[in-house]
Amino acid sequence: MSAAEPDAGTAGMAGTTTAWTTAWTTATVVEAVREGDTSSPRVRLRLDVADRVAHLPGQHYVVRLRAPDDYTAQRSYSVASDPADPLVELLVERMPDGEVSGHLHDVAEPGDVLEVRGPIGGWFTWDGSVPAVCVAGGSGVVPVVSMVRHAARLGRPDLLRVVVLAKTWAALPYADELRDAGAFVALTRENLDLPDGSVRVAAPPYHDEVHDLLDHDRFGGADEVRRAYVCGSVGFASYAARLLGELGVRRDVVRVEQFGVTG
Amino acid sequence: MPVTRGFTGRRDRREAARTHADRIPPGQYDAGTEWPSLTAEALPDVGPGWTDRWSMTVDGLVDAPARWSWAELRALPRSSYRGDIHCVTTWTRLDNTFTGVSVDTLLEAAGPTAAAGYVMAHSTTGYTTNLPLADVTGGRAWGVWEHDGRPLSVEHGGPVRLLVPHLYFWKSAKWVTRLELMADDRPGFWEANGYHDRGDPWLEQRYQGDP
Repeated sequence: MSAAEPDAGTAGMAGTTTAWTTAWTTATVVEAVREGDTSSPRVRLRLDVADRVAHLPGQHYVVRLRAPDDYTAQRSYSVASDPADPLVELLVERMPDGEVSGHLHDVAEPGDVLEVRGPIGGWFTWDGSVPAVCVAGGSGVVPVVSMVRHAARLGRPDLLRVVVLAKTWAALPYADELRDAGAFVALTRENLDLPDGSVRVAAPPYHDEVHDLLDHDRFGGADEVRRAYVCGSVGFASYAARLLGELGVRRDVVRVEQFGVTG
Repeated sequence: MPVTRGFTGRRDRREAARTHADRIPPGQYDAGTEWPSLTAEALPDVGPGWTDRWSMTVDGLVDAPARWSWAELRALPRSSYRGDIHCVTTWTRLDNTFTGVSVDTLLEAAGPTAAAGYVMAHSTTGYTTNLPLADVTGGRAWGVWEHDGRPLSVEHGGPVRLLVPHLYFWKSAKWVTRLELMADDRPGFWEANGYHDRGDPWLEQRYQGDP
């Protein structure tokens, strides 16, 4: 699950002011691809959305399931697809006992019709106009995948610097695609074979690994970064924000989307 | 809207929805003891010595702006809320106890002018949220620093969080330090980013354009 959303959070800047309304509509499942391993089951849903409104990378959709007696359950999922994709792609991590994610992972099939609402969220968005750094963990990579795909279509992959973390390769959604797009991948529970034949030992990103990504003509160093996106669990988001701060990225350029539970 | 093929829902959630039909608003689920924490930015640094620097201010359209230090705020008459909270992300948490000070107490000290109709709550991080004055008066809003008898953690908005439990929880601004009285409504942070200006969970006022 990549549940986006506001709690009474924070945010230094006046966000983009977008006056829009979104109505409930229907989406037909075109593809439902089960992925991941037993410790990180997930499903990639490709949806044909009726009366679709174009999204910005980083936005999310609400999916609502309806039982025959009209009992409903709804959750939010980040969009993984590029806005120009004729379908909307959602990546749903199956949560233990997940009422919505469990259905989507275990039951949903092509041809099924779901209620959806979106796109939603005017803060954690990237329109492809500014260079940005993305730091994402686990299923938090989903909105970043949308950004990466958008940058590729614009012919501007140089605009994004991407750092992703996961426990294992199997637990990282879109692992191959992110690696091929130039993302720096750090696995914390297993070693990673690199293309040059060397091995990266299991660990969170070291400062110099991330620092090298930022120290580039486009950014002119960490203090020149004008936009940074952090997406992941509560613990991850705190870690990533701290990492960026230690690298010299200004706090007020960091936009966070975090999800998860505390006791 | 179409029935979802093969969906029946979790039995415990359905039961909770039935049992607490008067307490779980439409589209919400009973999160049990879980308390999700979701924010739009990094948590603020509440480092050593913050109690010396912290203050709460009520200003804007008031007779006299009022300001309290951490110690002064905690010396005000205490007030508690026992009940439920509802997040727009669809979780509802039943039977919470929050303790702090009633917003009525803070407003009385500053004296809103007759022109004041709305409040903008400001957080240390720059987060803002707008509320009709009527929604934070009459014993319906608090500045709280305790949850279930324990100090409110930073991730849940401590040291002091606004609590407006009859509205979606993004209105209950974390890390609140200022209430600004205004004549006219203007959107706060999430309200400028697509979320509803009032946010009544019983009317499902989640996003701009909802009733």
